Amino acid sequence: MNALADQLLVLSLLVNFIVLGTSRLAFSVRAVALQGVVLGVLPALIHPFSWHLVAIIIGMLLAKGLVIPWMIMNAIRQAEIRREIEPFIGFIPSLVLGALFTALAFVFASKLPLAPEHEGLLFVPASMATIMCGFLILMARRKAISQVIGYLVMENGIFIFGLILADAMPLMVEAGALLDLLVGVFVMGIVMNHISREFSSLDTSRLTALRED
Amino acid sequence: MMWVFVVIPLLGALIAWLIPDNRLRPLVLPVFALLHLVMTFAVVAISPPPSHDGWIYLDALGKLVLISISILFTVCAFYAVGYLRYRQERSNRILCMALLICLSAMTLVSISQNLGLLWVALETTTVAMAPLIYFNHNARSIEATWKYLLICSVGIAIALLGLFFLAYSTIVARQDVTLLLNSLINDAPRLHAGWRHSAFIFLLVGFGSKMGLAPLHTWKPDAYGEAPGLVGALLAGGLVNCAFLALLRVYQIAVATNEAASFQGALLGMGLVSMAFAAIFMARQSDFKRMLAYSSVEHVGIMAVALGLGKAALFGALLHMINNALTKGVLFLSSGNIHRAYNSKSTAFVRGALRLTPWSGALFLASFLAITGSPPFAPFISEFTIVSSAFTQGNSWTGILFLLFLAVIFIGMASTVLPVVMGSVPDGMETTTYRDTPGTVLPLLALMGIILMLGLWIPAPMQELLHEGAKLLGEK
Repeated sequence: MNALADQLLVLSLLVNFIVLGTSRLAFSVRAVALQGVVLGVLPALIHPFSWHLVAIIIGMLLAKGLVIPWMIMNAIRQAEIRREIEPFIGFIPSLVLGALFTALAFVFASKLPLAPEHEGLLFVPASMATIMCGFLILMARRKAISQVIGYLVMENGIFIFGLILADAMPLMVEAGALLDLLVGVFVMGIVMNHISREFSSLDTSRLTALRED
Repeated sequence: MMWVFVVIPLLGALIAWLIPDNRLRPLVLPVFALLHLVMTFAVVAISPPPSHDGWIYLDALGKLVLISISILFTVCAFYAVGYLRYRQERSNRILCMALLICLSAMTLVSISQNLGLLWVALETTTVAMAPLIYFNHNARSIEATWKYLLICSVGIAIALLGLFFLAYSTIVARQDVTLLLNSLINDAPRLHAGWRHSAFIFLLVGFGSKMGLAPLHTWKPDAYGEAPGLVGALLAGGLVNCAFLALLRVYQIAVATNEAASFQGALLGMGLVSMAFAAIFMARQSDFKRMLAYSSVEHVGIMAVALGLGKAALFGALLHMINNALTKGVLFLSSGNIHRAYNSKSTAFVRGALRLTPWSGALFLASFLAITGSPPFAPFISEFTIVSSAFTQGNSWTGILFLLFLAVIFIGMASTVLPVVMGSVPDGMETTTYRDTPGTVLPLLALMGIILMLGLWIPAPMQELLHEGAKLLGEK
């Protein structure tokens, strides 16, 4: 089972690179949704069966695989934009930086000892690499939608780490965290809608009215 | 029984949603605020035992935060009735609902003893505040909301990672996995050092960005500048205190370990850097609401410095948390009034507020004196406690820098505030129809009265709470 879990983690690492390297927004949203589904399935592989776990898996699949991608797709449709054009950091440099961050994540993870039952699993490096790639997307892109995608990738990275704790954390905390994420993305969607109406674009580099003289 | 406390404001939000009339709706706010205030004092007096699973318990730190939030919210609620009378051009349904949801979440932050639950409540306040900052629905407020949402969401997500690390350090140390504060404090020395250390760093960065400690404060001037005055007051007094409480919880765990010194050093450094940033950007600030944001950065810095110093300064930190929240309330609300009267918040146009809006002008001036630490107002007492503790601990450099920053900030703030209130209204300046009314002045006068009272005399029960709180933070 652990070998399969590791393969799924590698798949989620690949998603980071897909999102880093593509300019097509709809494609990156689908990729992040796939990452969410992978994350949803993973707890089933590493923890013994419990109803608590079933609830978490269903919640994750629904929120990350279905509802959040649907909300962002809606925003893309309303704003009528398809591509990220002229990001602050180009796609090739982003990929190189992403690879560098992933390597650094493996170095960082080797400093932190895992509990014996999680020994040899890729959870910590995968989580760190995904968080850093999320950060990179957040900083490198101009479009508000891309920034939300970056935030989601980062959140996914944090959830990857949370998975090893999935059966130990109280259900209410996990459900609350997921609900907050949902509502947060919902509010971001509304704000994005207003940005595109007010500025006729979703380019956040136009948000420069507020600064020190 | 404590759950009622969280549910009642939500009930208020539901009622606000159901009321169709825009003039009637704001009345829900003072009704529920008063209810909340009465319940707060009742619960503080009774101090009910912890819930059976230990998740919900109001300890001394929680009590202090809850009292400050409840008083501030009540004042804002009464003010909101007067304020929203001038803002009938747009629906206030979402504003009223979001305010009450935020009150509910802030209450949950203060009564929660489970760090996971505390995190969920804190994140809820972040999301609930976003529509409030966006109340004015213009290009500038969209920009402020977007920056606020993105930076705070990312910050709070990092704090979640820190919590996961803390939980994992219990697994590695072969303890029961828990996020209950008391078990974490008891187990703290046995937790795995590497994971624990990383957890502290992530939690400090996460909660620090929510609190607005430099260099994580960049969202603050925009959000505080563009939000209506009453939202600014709740951001600077309510949200800051909630994030500070979260940081205090981490501090409680950190002082129980052998890492206390390095954690305190980090807080001291971030605190002094915040004060330095505030001193630099406060000078020649031409937007008086943005100036208040930098004042907020300064005061979270002061609280962080006090935590970093420890010992006697802890009492000062807790007292300053309350003083800062209340004084920021008067500052933001009175500056909101002045903004409304002139329809501008630039010092280039706003002059002679004492003539156009005498009450708001006077309150703005008085709260400026209070926040910069002039006697006889309350912030003087807390800042004095912190500085004198720095010198008695032999940490003279911190004390000297602290005083230097305070002096520079006083001059910088005075150079913005004095022109706004003094002098005469510029000729040909088009002012709006807003003039001071009892509804938008009396709540502020009451709050100013409390600030003056706390400067002259701290009631015995409150003194006791402050000492009890300082003990929880490790003061012998």
